[in-house]
Amino acid sequence: MTQNLEKLPKGSFERITVDTKQAERISKPSVSFWQDAWMRLKKNKGAIVSIILFGLIVIMSFLGPIISPYEPNAQTITHANLPPKIPVIENLGILDGTGTLGGKEVDLYEMKNVEVNYWFGTDGLGRDMFSRLWKGTQVSLFIAFVAAAIDMLIGVIYGGISGYFGGRVDDIMQRIVEILTGIPNLVVVILFILIMDPGILAIIIALTITGWTGMSRVVRGQVLKYKSQEFVLASRTLGASDSRIIWKHLMPNVLGIIIINTMFTIPGAIFFEAFLSFIGLGLQAPDASLGTLINDGYKLLQYQPHILAFPAILLSLIMICFNLIGDGLRDALDPKMKD
Amino acid sequence: MARYIGKRLIYMVITMALIATFTFFLMKILPGSPIASADKLSPEQRAVVEARYGLDEPLPVQYFDYMFGLLKGDLGISINQFKGADVTDLIISRMGPSAQIGFQGMVLGTIIGILLGMIAALRQNTWVDYSSTLVAIIGISIPSFVFASLLQYWFGLKLEWFPVALWKDGFMSSVLPSIALAMFPLATAARFIRTEMIEVLGSDYITLAKAKGASGSEIAFKHAIRNALIPLITVLGPMTVSILTGSLVVEQIFAIPGIGEQFVKSIMVNDFSIIMGTTIFFSVFLIVVILIVDILYGVIDPRIRLSGGKS
Repeated sequence: MTQNLEKLPKGSFERITVDTKQAERISKPSVSFWQDAWMRLKKNKGAIVSIILFGLIVIMSFLGPIISPYEPNAQTITHANLPPKIPVIENLGILDGTGTLGGKEVDLYEMKNVEVNYWFGTDGLGRDMFSRLWKGTQVSLFIAFVAAAIDMLIGVIYGGISGYFGGRVDDIMQRIVEILTGIPNLVVVILFILIMDPGILAIIIALTITGWTGMSRVVRGQVLKYKSQEFVLASRTLGASDSRIIWKHLMPNVLGIIIINTMFTIPGAIFFEAFLSFIGLGLQAPDASLGTLINDGYKLLQYQPHILAFPAILLSLIMICFNLIGDGLRDALDPKMKD
Repeated sequence: MARYIGKRLIYMVITMALIATFTFFLMKILPGSPIASADKLSPEQRAVVEARYGLDEPLPVQYFDYMFGLLKGDLGISINQFKGADVTDLIISRMGPSAQIGFQGMVLGTIIGILLGMIAALRQNTWVDYSSTLVAIIGISIPSFVFASLLQYWFGLKLEWFPVALWKDGFMSSVLPSIALAMFPLATAARFIRTEMIEVLGSDYITLAKAKGASGSEIAFKHAIRNALIPLITVLGPMTVSILTGSLVVEQIFAIPGIGEQFVKSIMVNDFSIIMGTTIFFSVFLIVVILIVDILYGVIDPRIRLSGGKS
């Protein structure tokens, strides 16, 4: 080895001098917290696929009822209980409008003299399942997002005040939270739904009435952690007001956890909405949500499995998407955090 | 420790009193009358019926009657669903099936979940790990009622392996509902154990065991899983909640004569006393479970400082 080195042509190496001024130079572009998180999130295939899929579902929930030629609540009794029929795909032998009638496979569209196609079939009242499904998705997502936003707002304010001001305020506020979290969520939700007129508003109120406690605890813990750190002390010494410290210094640090927590509140809210609809406490007919569609479909499972299948698949997809996005965001925003 | 338990017990009593009060007044402002066909009764008949159930007393008297009854374990009497039956007796008589499917679901889910999580951690980043994670994600995401209806359709109706519904064939009837309830504990346990196992497997004492020549299975079962299991106790609370929530719909789907099915029915027919009774029963059950879980955790893992549980 050493001999070979001597044979190397002169000039292939160049002497470098260490410049002390360059020692502190940042060689790579500086990456902000959010850019860093985005880079980490991009590597998570499951999360990215989920984000795209969820985006498509949201777009379809608005587009679906529009592109379908039928109104979600319009009934055409003569077209009742039709199985799904999609042009092109029907040639593959699936979704071709055939169903069993009296134990025999027949084309129900031909039998009932239906000229048009119902992509996802129709229900017992002849309503188009395609537009109902997307309309229902829209409603379910709306309920979940509003409930999660309210949870977030109350939780952040409550937890923030409790953690930031500490002392007596914190003591009293935490005792209240301790009692509230002792009450099972299920019980509160059902009781509140019972006394209110059923509907979207009732479900949102019932979901948020104690739902914010989880968020408030997380935020309080984070605020407690950060407010005793030196950068906050420094800011205070320089004469920053409480609101400046909260908004400029604490919030950016707590934001990651708030987002993660919200991402897990949303599927919870979607589930509860569907759950309430399934036990008959959800939206009232003719309005549809994923839960009521599943409930309707369940009753006809034996004869019309397609009525259950589509909303059930969509609901499960949304839940899977949210769990994967939540997992991905958690890894991306807070790599240190366990479980 | 004693101080901590004492404090928790006091909170428990306050929470219970609040729930009972809250439930009582909510039931009073509930629209609709609990008396079936109330509109058809003449005022005199109505007065007789109300007197029988103590509904004619002033509200504070009704309230204190109810609260004192609760202290004695008396949840009142059913008004229209099971005319005049004692709610406490009704709940006790329906506890069997609910407890059985709940317990079976919990045990089945936790055991399979632990195994899945262990395998995933031992074969980290292989297809075994990925498929186990996939099962866990699906288990957490698919609501129990969707899963229950699928099970009922395939294994009950199509394959006829198990009874479609009802509670007539003993253990066989409980299989499908138990599996439906097991999904959430299974998924939770699998995810949790995987994270814990990976962390434990990276610790020094495992390296020592390896250096001493312990075999793979010996390390997994004798050394690693023991420590990985401890934190699982913390998710027992959420698991119980999920089983309870799930039981409302699963019992409905499989027509099992349990507490959940009765609860949903009484909501439909406005039977105040059963709704109140079951609400209070559920709350007591969950609060006690969570208290036991917290205490257990402190006993098993002394590193956890219970009194400073503020984070």
